[in-house]
Amino acid sequence: MTATLRIGFIPLIDATALIVAVDQGFTAAEGLSIELVREVSWSNVRDKLNLGLFAAAHLLSPVAIASSLGIGHVRVPIIAPFNLGLNGNAITVSPKLYAELSGSADGDLTDPNVSLRALARVVSERKARGAEPLTFGMTFPFSHHNYQLRFWMAAGGVDPDDDVRLVVLPPPFMVESLASGHVDCFCVGAPWNSLAVDLGIGHILHFGCEIQSRVTEKVFALREQWASEHPGTVAALVRALAAAADFVEDPQNLTAVSECVARRVGVESGLVERALTGHLKVAPDGAVRTDRRYLVVGRDGAARPDPVQAAWIYAQIVRWRQAPMSEEYLATAQAVFRPDLYDAAVGKQAPINPDGSDDGIGAFAGPPFDAANIAGHLTAWRVKGSGRPRLLLVR
Amino acid sequence: MVTAKASDLSETRKGPEPASRGGQTPGGQRDSTLKIAIVDESPLRAAILEDGLREAGFALVERIAETHNLLARIYALDPDVILIDLESPSRDMLEQMFQMSRVVKRPIAMFVDQSDSASIQAAVDAGVSAYIVGGLHKERVTSILDLCISRFNAFARLQAELDTAKGALEDRKVIDRAKGVLMKAKKITEEQAYALLRKTAMNENKKIAEIAQSVLTATEMLK
Repeated sequence: MTATLRIGFIPLIDATALIVAVDQGFTAAEGLSIELVREVSWSNVRDKLNLGLFAAAHLLSPVAIASSLGIGHVRVPIIAPFNLGLNGNAITVSPKLYAELSGSADGDLTDPNVSLRALARVVSERKARGAEPLTFGMTFPFSHHNYQLRFWMAAGGVDPDDDVRLVVLPPPFMVESLASGHVDCFCVGAPWNSLAVDLGIGHILHFGCEIQSRVTEKVFALREQWASEHPGTVAALVRALAAAADFVEDPQNLTAVSECVARRVGVESGLVERALTGHLKVAPDGAVRTDRRYLVVGRDGAARPDPVQAAWIYAQIVRWRQAPMSEEYLATAQAVFRPDLYDAAVGKQAPINPDGSDDGIGAFAGPPFDAANIAGHLTAWRVKGSGRPRLLLVR
Repeated sequence: MVTAKASDLSETRKGPEPASRGGQTPGGQRDSTLKIAIVDESPLRAAILEDGLREAGFALVERIAETHNLLARIYALDPDVILIDLESPSRDMLEQMFQMSRVVKRPIAMFVDQSDSASIQAAVDAGVSAYIVGGLHKERVTSILDLCISRFNAFARLQAELDTAKGALEDRKVIDRAKGVLMKAKKITEEQAYALLRKTAMNENKKIAEIAQSVLTATEMLK
């Protein structure tokens, strides 16, 4: 046994592969001794990883890239040899906003092309009568929650910086903030959307996978320097995580996995099961929607880092003016994702792009993504009036 | 790891500050004009911290206990330094300020200089994190941070002592109840009951309270 490794995580269901790896004995089988440390904020996870207080962490993929670029905070190169989860977010709105959207909808609200038009109408109508702008909660400036909300509303011509308010809220505060009316809508991971629905104070409007069918949500992150000094340990960690991810995807293990994750996250196992099966109650009246892509842990090559995903995240960072466009930054961002370490540890090539989305992202709107031409991709958005969009009156 | 005795609490680190306190500091500002915001849901710890900062000559200290509209409140205060409990999930809200320099008047950076990881590690160990407005002289920020670390450690020690005291009180209660059970069951005096508990504890190499708890558990099961 090596010395005990401290690994930080936030109590969310997309930490499943990590939790199962430790609690179901996959790390022990690799001769690793692990202490999982539950954290309260992404800032803490990032700082403790950066300072070496954690050997590794469950981390928002955009934070791994931002940290490596030195934007928003101190520059500490991070690597990600394993994806803990694809997708897994949802956009939830208050019953009041849901009613307003329904009233403005020109079709089925479950279609993001319909909901974005409805949102644009609600936003312009509020502006016309001088009402307070809508407030949207998300978990961190560098997160898919932030980018997915922005992508969705910008596709409808709503400027996320001028027409609405976007605020960072810690996940445990989301539900309460929706109930009290401090926010009208939020984008967050499981189990928080389902909790809002169960309490009767929220409608799940969209699964994240309806905005983009395949994005790397959380990664297993390590400091680059530590990883280069401990290659054997990194390989053992990746093997343990890969075995755990396979275990998670075997339907026979659903109950065991759900109970194990529920204990660590501190929720009922039923909520974990909903997220893992993509079978979610979306409205207080009990309506259910199912999408197998809701949260993908180990199947369809989900765990293998994909540099196209890193390029997509960097494109969002540039699009929302968190960093300038530069080929050097792009190369640094892509180098964070390490399929080479995954392949070396697991010894097999995962299937690539099994979802059939041609560009690897599958966004519901906009031009196909081209990792080799991010500037062109973003220009295409601006031409469509959404790079720095003005509010369009869609009537 | 930074440790501090209670006697350290009334003074900040010895450095250029005492001489320059009240006078013009290298940053071009008086310490007494530095605005410091404390975001802490523990009113006791926030009070300890505030007292320490005031004693050290920082007059403009403001506590924020609730997290609703945190950014708006911080914007209204416009502080030079923000101190926040590391265990507060609201830290992530502060991170948004990096993105919103047009909302917060001046850019804000967390006190983690690339070269100063020892200092920040001591702060993280103690459970405090500090956000400072760019342009403040590092020496002055260090003195604030050192003070916070010693205050946070002092608070942690107080908490630990309180927990120990509470534990002792609980033990006392358990032992008293076990004595009562033994006195009734064996028709012995209180001294004899206590002696019996103590002897058994010594024989089994356990604490008296543990033996007393076993007596109570057994009694409960035999009811």
